[in-house]
Amino acid sequence: MGLKNFLSKLKGKKTIKVEKGEWIKCEKCKNLVYSEDLLKNLKICPHCGYHFRMSAPERIDSLLDDIKSYDLFPSLKPKDVLKFKDTKRYKDRIKEAQTKTGLNDAIMIAHGNIVTSEVVLAVMDFRFMGGSMGSVVGEKFVRGVEFAIKNKLPFIAVTASGGARMQESILSLMQMAKTSIAVGKLNENGLLYISVLTDPTMGGVSASFAFLGDIIIAEPESLIGFAGPRVIEQTIRQQLPEGFQRAEFLLEKGQIDMVVDRKNLKKTLHTLIKQTQG
Amino acid sequence: MAIETENKQNTTIDIDTELQHLTSKIDFLREQVKKGEKERIHELVALRRKFKELARKKQQEMSAWEKVQLARHPKRPHTIDYIQNIFTDFVELHGDRRFGDDKAIIAGFAFFEGKPVAVIGHEKGRDTKEKIERNFGMPHPEGYRKAMRVMKLAEKFKRPIFTFIDTPGAFPGVGAEERGQSEAIAESIMMMGSLKTKIIATVIGEGGSGGALALGVADRILMLENAIYSVISPEGCAAILYKSQEKAPVAAENLKITAEHLKELGVIDLVVKEPLGGAHLQPKKMYRHLKRALKMELRCMEDIPIDELVKRRQEKFYKMGQFLEK
Repeated sequence: MGLKNFLSKLKGKKTIKVEKGEWIKCEKCKNLVYSEDLLKNLKICPHCGYHFRMSAPERIDSLLDDIKSYDLFPSLKPKDVLKFKDTKRYKDRIKEAQTKTGLNDAIMIAHGNIVTSEVVLAVMDFRFMGGSMGSVVGEKFVRGVEFAIKNKLPFIAVTASGGARMQESILSLMQMAKTSIAVGKLNENGLLYISVLTDPTMGGVSASFAFLGDIIIAEPESLIGFAGPRVIEQTIRQQLPEGFQRAEFLLEKGQIDMVVDRKNLKKTLHTLIKQTQG
Repeated sequence: MAIETENKQNTTIDIDTELQHLTSKIDFLREQVKKGEKERIHELVALRRKFKELARKKQQEMSAWEKVQLARHPKRPHTIDYIQNIFTDFVELHGDRRFGDDKAIIAGFAFFEGKPVAVIGHEKGRDTKEKIERNFGMPHPEGYRKAMRVMKLAEKFKRPIFTFIDTPGAFPGVGAEERGQSEAIAESIMMMGSLKTKIIATVIGEGGSGGALALGVADRILMLENAIYSVISPEGCAAILYKSQEKAPVAAENLKITAEHLKELGVIDLVVKEPLGGAHLQPKKMYRHLKRALKMELRCMEDIPIDELVKRRQEKFYKMGQFLEK
């Protein structure tokens, strides 16, 4: 599990930082897109409909109308408990990621309205160490859920993660239990939980809160699964079929409820909230 | 009988071979002495002393990587062995009622100290044929769904659940993905988090990532002294973070996957001592140790009302993790 998954696909797709007045080559159709057009179009290629990855703040802007908070728990920061060092120190990796993204860790817990419905929106950011789940992601998710329960609000999670954060070892594994137990509490309180799986959603995030949604939505062509494609190929010694572990494949196999184009995501979420809550 | 222990021992694995050798010699001698060769008793005593010294040395000097080898030792007792030696009248239940029966997980009811309980665990298999049948203890979604079915039954009949964790991980394969490996693991974790019955989990060998945790959300989590529990295998971690499989021993060290470390991190509740030299050298002793520990744990939970127990279980997992807050 873990970073293995996303690393194998990392080269395929990148959360590009879109600067104003820039031409960007679409990773799918290779056409050039003017950056401002891309931003106006929710980072969807106007030529082929390819969904570029979104950062957490971009996602929040795209879904919430009345933003009460971008992040309810901004003061939580990762801690290098194990003094972990691989080719780099975990401490340095954290700093780098923080500088690059302006975030403290890979998740933001936003609060606001989707059209007219008040929600808690947990959004992961793949740019921050591959959206990996460590102690901070787990804790913020739990606090977000507690906030939703206290205020009787629907909870929506937008996932983007390579899996558990290896640098926090067993503590990151335990976040799977922590977040899943939190989802159980939403259930006990009769609150709606929608999970929106975006590219990529793998490993420990996939095998915990991502797949526990009352309703599971995925963005087109997102890579979603437990084990990374390369790990599977090594295990079975076969090439995987085209489209394996993509959103459309999962829909066909009955693993998710729907594949929703980013342009229709807000409207779909709003409708579902109206149909289930209140 | 001359004992050749003066050879240079490089690793504990070499020592392990030596220890196994000594064990069989001791067993042989014990039989001889029983049969009347009283004069050989001194030889037996000497051998035993040698065994103890060597085993202690091994335990003290053992690196994390060597524990990994021990946790995966081909002769290490498996779930099936613990079931046969700690419980009585085990009745195995099969199938998830949806797709098939996954032999990588064993589940059913049994008696523990005369009391009815549910038992669920990963099983790796012993010989080649059985290993293949059991997929080396790597479950598919149907395995976890079978486990959940039995857990629900245990809740319905108010039976405590004992789980035994011993897996390299959930299986990474096409069918597993198609049938919802992620969903199965996630559901099992969530279900255990609120199940209204006592749960005691024991990591007996390899605790491989989410595939292990799916049976590991419990009121009490025990771990055998030489077992490991990790978010990723040392080999996997080495390949990804260190860009080289050969760095697995370093990864094993840095990941802090031994029982001792996990106790410090607050992830497990109790380290169960193994017999000198490891569980595989004296399995009977291991069964006795674990049985005693499980009995104690169960007794400690006896008077706690079930709702309180579930609350405590959830709080325990809520506390796991460390971060800074300013």
